[in-house]
Amino acid sequence: MIHVLAFYLFAILVVSSGALTILSRNPVHSVLWLILAFFNAAGLMILLGAEFIAMLLVIVYVGAVAVLFLFVVMMLDIDFAELRAGFVDYLPFGILIALVLLAEIVLGIGIWSAGPIELAQRAAPANPELSNIQAIGGLLYTRYIFLFEAAGIVLLVAMIGAIVLTHRARGGVKGQNVAKQNRRRPQDAVRNINQPVGQGVEL
Amino acid sequence: MTAFFQNLGLPFEGAWLLSTVIGILLIALPVMLAVAMIIYADRKIWAAMALRRGPNVVGPFGLLQSFADGLKVFLQETIVPSASNKALFLIAPIITFTVALMAWAVIPFQVGVVLANINVGLLYILAISSLGVYGIVLAGWASNSKYPFYSAIRASAQMISYEVSIGFIIITVVLWAGSFNLTAIVESQKGYYGFLNGNGFNPLLFPMAIMFLISALAETARAPFDLTEAESELVAGYQTEYSSMAFALYWLGEYANVILMCALNAILFWGGYLPPIDWAPLYYVPGILWLFAKILFFFFVFSWVKATVPRYRYDQLMRLGWKIFLPTSLFFVFLVSGFLMLTRYGGAQ
Repeated sequence: MIHVLAFYLFAILVVSSGALTILSRNPVHSVLWLILAFFNAAGLMILLGAEFIAMLLVIVYVGAVAVLFLFVVMMLDIDFAELRAGFVDYLPFGILIALVLLAEIVLGIGIWSAGPIELAQRAAPANPELSNIQAIGGLLYTRYIFLFEAAGIVLLVAMIGAIVLTHRARGGVKGQNVAKQNRRRPQDAVRNINQPVGQGVEL
Repeated sequence: MTAFFQNLGLPFEGAWLLSTVIGILLIALPVMLAVAMIIYADRKIWAAMALRRGPNVVGPFGLLQSFADGLKVFLQETIVPSASNKALFLIAPIITFTVALMAWAVIPFQVGVVLANINVGLLYILAISSLGVYGIVLAGWASNSKYPFYSAIRASAQMISYEVSIGFIIITVVLWAGSFNLTAIVESQKGYYGFLNGNGFNPLLFPMAIMFLISALAETARAPFDLTEAESELVAGYQTEYSSMAFALYWLGEYANVILMCALNAILFWGGYLPPIDWAPLYYVPGILWLFAKILFFFFVFSWVKATVPRYRYDQLMRLGWKIFLPTSLFFVFLVSGFLMLTRYGGAQ
């Protein structure tokens, strides 16, 4: 009973906040609806018993990705009239994408109603004794270790690429050498002199 | 507790709902009371270190000062700036306050005395604490004012930076304990050298304990990392436009977060509800008292730091987070996992 109620609550919230992400005019509101959608999707995963994935979804998408989204979107200066101006130009392309998605959904439902793919018998059944994390770790670090490491290398390359693209050595910037700053003592920086009246200070 | 209500004739769902609601109230109300008293303690400690008296007028020793302040704030008018985004302006403090209370669901107060004994407890805390930044960012954006906006940008950069190193520090503890469940983590800290309880006595984890304490200061935006509300630069940071109860919610949420971080320090590194020394008579003292004592000790450290350490510059804050804490904590993840592979998990095969 509680499961059913929770499922419908989360499902309705995911779908409606997803729709509002697209429909709302203000991009900051869009990001916030997106965050609500992520959050409720995590709730759905908890209902499925995949609590590890649910927590990762919240930590990675809500805690990091969406914060950066919000960070960028907050600083935009949006002209709403200009946003709507391109509507007619993009309409054909939008309809094309909508048709492709519709075809995929129709195909998906058709295949699903034709009967399940026998994937479950090929993969080893999960041990119900193990927790989520142990089960995922057991598969990830044994059977899929090369794919896992390949994904890691792809991410590393992407990270280095992002750094190379954005990093440029600018001239005229004074860098700080923290060790040098910490080594500095008052006697290196301050000098007491007995200055005669009527003469300038010699530096 | 569910079983107790089931015996009274309720169906399972009803009994579960009722016992959970009672559990939530049993945690949330004492936390609110603790927040009020800890604000008083903060002001008293801070005053003592500055050789002042601190609050001493309302009630005996000024004990009721926080309640008087709360009442005053409650009776004020809520001012919503006309240029602000009204809905988000009012939602933002609610988010901060709610998130600060949510994380308490998985804190174990005693063996088995925990609202939700889930096996991803520590990940849940990470997830919830990563939500905390939204309250501040939304306040900064919705206020439609310069200083709150600067504060929001600073806060999001600061929290993301320190969450990375907090994540790695937590991983070292999880590797040692072999579980994400907070009760299991506390139980795994029993009996270092046969008589001490606490990961902090482990030479491999002690540096992590220190780094976690400092990262906790940064994560809760306490001094010396309170760049988000640096009064000399940003008026009051993200709270500039807030008044009345909306302001009070920030205040309460901030201190509830501070107590939570103190509790996490105690649970992850100093044995949580276990007595510090593994000696049988000490186990007669209820575990919840040990936990409270440790929380209070860490809160004293937080106040002490606030009273004595000058504020960091923003570039120093970023340097500490990315160039020092991140590499060091990553190195310790390798060190701890390597040590465990060589000893506990049987070495190279």
